[in-house]
Amino acid sequence: MDTDAALATRLSRDLDGAFPALVAAHADRLYSIVLRLLGDRRDAEEVAQDALVRAYRAMAGYPGERVASLKLRPWLASIAVNLARNRRRRLDDRNPPNQLEPMLDGGFDLPTDAAAWGAPGSTADRHETQRELAAALLRLNVTVRAAVILRHLDGLSLAETAAALGRPEGTIKAQVHRGLRELRAILEDAAERGGGTDSPSATTTVSMRAAPYPAALEAAR
Amino acid sequence: MNPTIPRNDEPDIDDRDATVVAALRGLRATAPSSVGFGALVEAGLADRYAPLETPLGTTYVAWNGRGVSWVGTADSPEAFAERFTAHVGRPIERGPELPARLARAIQKRLGGDRRNHIPLDLRGHTPFEVMVWMKALEIPLGEVRPYGWIAAEIGRPKAVRAVGTALAHNPVPLVVPCHRVVRSDGAIGQYSMGGPDAKRRILAAEGLDPARLEADAAAGRRFTGSDTTHIVCHPTCRDAKRVTDRHRVHFPSLAAAANAGYRPCKHCRPVSVAA
Repeated sequence: MDTDAALATRLSRDLDGAFPALVAAHADRLYSIVLRLLGDRRDAEEVAQDALVRAYRAMAGYPGERVASLKLRPWLASIAVNLARNRRRRLDDRNPPNQLEPMLDGGFDLPTDAAAWGAPGSTADRHETQRELAAALLRLNVTVRAAVILRHLDGLSLAETAAALGRPEGTIKAQVHRGLRELRAILEDAAERGGGTDSPSATTTVSMRAAPYPAALEAAR
Repeated sequence: MNPTIPRNDEPDIDDRDATVVAALRGLRATAPSSVGFGALVEAGLADRYAPLETPLGTTYVAWNGRGVSWVGTADSPEAFAERFTAHVGRPIERGPELPARLARAIQKRLGGDRRNHIPLDLRGHTPFEVMVWMKALEIPLGEVRPYGWIAAEIGRPKAVRAVGTALAHNPVPLVVPCHRVVRSDGAIGQYSMGGPDAKRRILAAEGLDPARLEADAAAGRRFTGSDTTHIVCHPTCRDAKRVTDRHRVHFPSLAAAANAGYRPCKHCRPVSVAA
């Protein structure tokens, strides 16, 4: 917090001189937020970069006092979330919602070897859990997803999350609750289904798990 | 009361969520370096560069979100990047290729389309320099003007030497065609990107005969008129080039042309420069 306040002060005095420090401090978190919102690395790269550029242009137009008083973490997050929302709308227009490609681009590759899917081994397991969690996040309602990502992936406080998303704290609290509950349910469900790796329907199960719009996929089967 | 249902007055993480919350932290990712650098480029705090084939061989073009910032020849991409950072002071990285929009605009401009707008990043230069470069932009492909013409056109008729200096500092040669500005005594003049020989090469590529230009000026043929219209032009003005040999007349100065009853061309607006 303190370093952010100091950075905001520096930005208010010398935007061009201090902006590289903002980029260094916030590029990874904005990229993470957008990556987990959209599930696509290329989109995440573009949106995260765009968020930083919009922030620069906004600050260039603000009076110094306004820049100095910016709460950089929630402010930047709100820019990224808004841009990601616009991007998602365009994606939805372009792609029928039952396509898996965006997810696969996002690094959620389907396992080629069904045996590896359930194989014990701590690193593989952890990666597997992360992959499942990332896929599960994409199945949440996007409003709930944004709240969960800002609150628990990025680590904003409840108040900061509320400020970033422009919703009351009580609403955010409820949405985060709901999100975590749904994530748990999805993961537990996946664990149950994934139990028998010799099942001939393993690939189908995986597809279902990775689908951002399970209902649409069901319909398409 | 069912203990598994979190109540509203509990802290916003319960034990069963703790694992998921911890795992969510694990989903933080590292952005590719192009994200941060790309943002700096868009903001104009860093640049990218790419090669461009021109009549002078491989030329390098640097750009950022504000426009084209630097153009130059170099023995290697690395040499270009080094020179850029030494002069401009910003970090630069090799880009995959010129953005399509800029590449198209530059090709059109080099092909003679002056209406084509190319965004230029000329921060850090004096208003006088920028004025000189913007004026040079108006010289059409296949034509040249003396330094004194630019000085007169920007309302600083005595600043001929300063015009020469400003053109020598042109950060975006070819895009701003400083090669189309020559000395009024007929010498081809200096060129920041490879000296007088490079200047002759690029002018020849634009359809001029530099040797003849120099010979004409040296022989005192500095202005060209038509004895049918009684209009006098710079020798490379498109109007002068249309005059047939039979009707072409030459003057050593505008005063001589005026004495003979010729008025200056409204397209090339010839000026006399004190020798």
